[in-house]
Amino acid sequence: MDHIISIKEVSREEIDDILDRAAAIDQGIFDHDALAGKILAVLFFEPSTRTQMSFTAAMQRLGGTVINFGSVEASSIAKGETLADTIRVVSGYADAIVLRHPKEGASLFASEFSTVPVINAGDGAGQHPSQTLLDLFTIRQSMPLEGIDVGFLGDLRYGRTTHSLAFALSHYGVRIHTITPQGLELPPSLVHDLHEAGTEIVVHEHIDDIIPDLDVLYVTRIQRERFPDPGTYASIASWYRITPEVLTGVRDRFILMHPLPRVDEIDPAVDSLPCARYFQQAKNGVPIRMAMLQKVLP
Amino acid sequence: MKRKPEEGLLISPIRNGTVIDHIDPGEGLSVLRILGVTGRTTECLSIATNVESRQMGKKDIVKIENRELKKEEVDRISLVAPHASINIIREFRVEKKIGVEIPPLITGVIRCPNPGCISNANEPIQSSFHCRSKGYRCRYCETLITRDIATYII
Repeated sequence: MDHIISIKEVSREEIDDILDRAAAIDQGIFDHDALAGKILAVLFFEPSTRTQMSFTAAMQRLGGTVINFGSVEASSIAKGETLADTIRVVSGYADAIVLRHPKEGASLFASEFSTVPVINAGDGAGQHPSQTLLDLFTIRQSMPLEGIDVGFLGDLRYGRTTHSLAFALSHYGVRIHTITPQGLELPPSLVHDLHEAGTEIVVHEHIDDIIPDLDVLYVTRIQRERFPDPGTYASIASWYRITPEVLTGVRDRFILMHPLPRVDEIDPAVDSLPCARYFQQAKNGVPIRMAMLQKVLP
Repeated sequence: MKRKPEEGLLISPIRNGTVIDHIDPGEGLSVLRILGVTGRTTECLSIATNVESRQMGKKDIVKIENRELKKEEVDRISLVAPHASINIIREFRVEKKIGVEIPPLITGVIRCPNPGCISNANEPIQSSFHCRSKGYRCRYCETLITRDIATYII
């Protein structure tokens, strides 16, 4: 039985297979009844409207149906039921489970109790493999993944999307460039893992130093609560803001990505530039999740 | 002949049981915690700490009567005493010597320091750590423990 819990457990061949499937789906090449008669349980223990909607859309586009427990407050969880028991019960109702949970490692734990495949849709500050796969897919729509230069800008310490993406990119001989405020650098354990995987990491002080040499710039939100006072946040946030001026002189194939929602990191004036791919990136959530569902529900 | 006091045994030999020797100095009590030996258990127990050792300078020794440690118990000791040697004693003789090996996965011995980890939630779950050269990594949330391991013993 296939679970998709962590991108670390997915081999390069499996990643390529999912991206290939998603590419075909994106071109309309898929069986609209591939999952007819199958039921997906979408269990969201914390709200994430877009991830939930895109998994629901993905299942319905493949002809399947979706069940959920409504709000946590109205379910057995509010009565104190354990995740283990919820998973045992729901795996009797559905053919696969998509789980979003605030605790790190919840999906791996759930997979130990489930009799059907579990897909991790984000567990706390832990893994979120469907986001990583749609990020890879978005890059691959514009260029091959091998040997490219990818910049990460923003909060790289707490941002799980960048951690998972950086790890997945290590399969493709990518050079990683980081631009972060002090204290929000990549965690040392991840740097160690990336070095072990043979990935080169170059640290830059300012975006202007590297922007002309990047193929991809992945921007993440810098959260206000990471800073001691609003003044410090405001000055840091403006230092890391992407405007059309920052993007002058970029490579032809350069693309700008962001997992959304954004706050102040990207000037809305950038949205109309051809390199802005963050809305495309969000849209890619559906074909990627269709490909993931097809993989676990053959 | 009566022994001179400086040559006297700190703790007497045991007839049957386990002697854990070459424990890193100061870790003897942590070894007992790992083995679940507390003041409420029934084992007859001797412990010597900071004993002089030619090999190690100083060491701790633990003797547990009438209990032969199993291999998995021995390997758990590697968490705090990777150099320990274990002697199984029967009728005052060393019946078997067991070296400590670091197991690939250690379960239910140390607590994950991450409060957001599912292993700290009210679930039917045991903590589980991958043992790596650079430390112990939580199987669930990947938090890495690199030092002060004894403080995390459950």
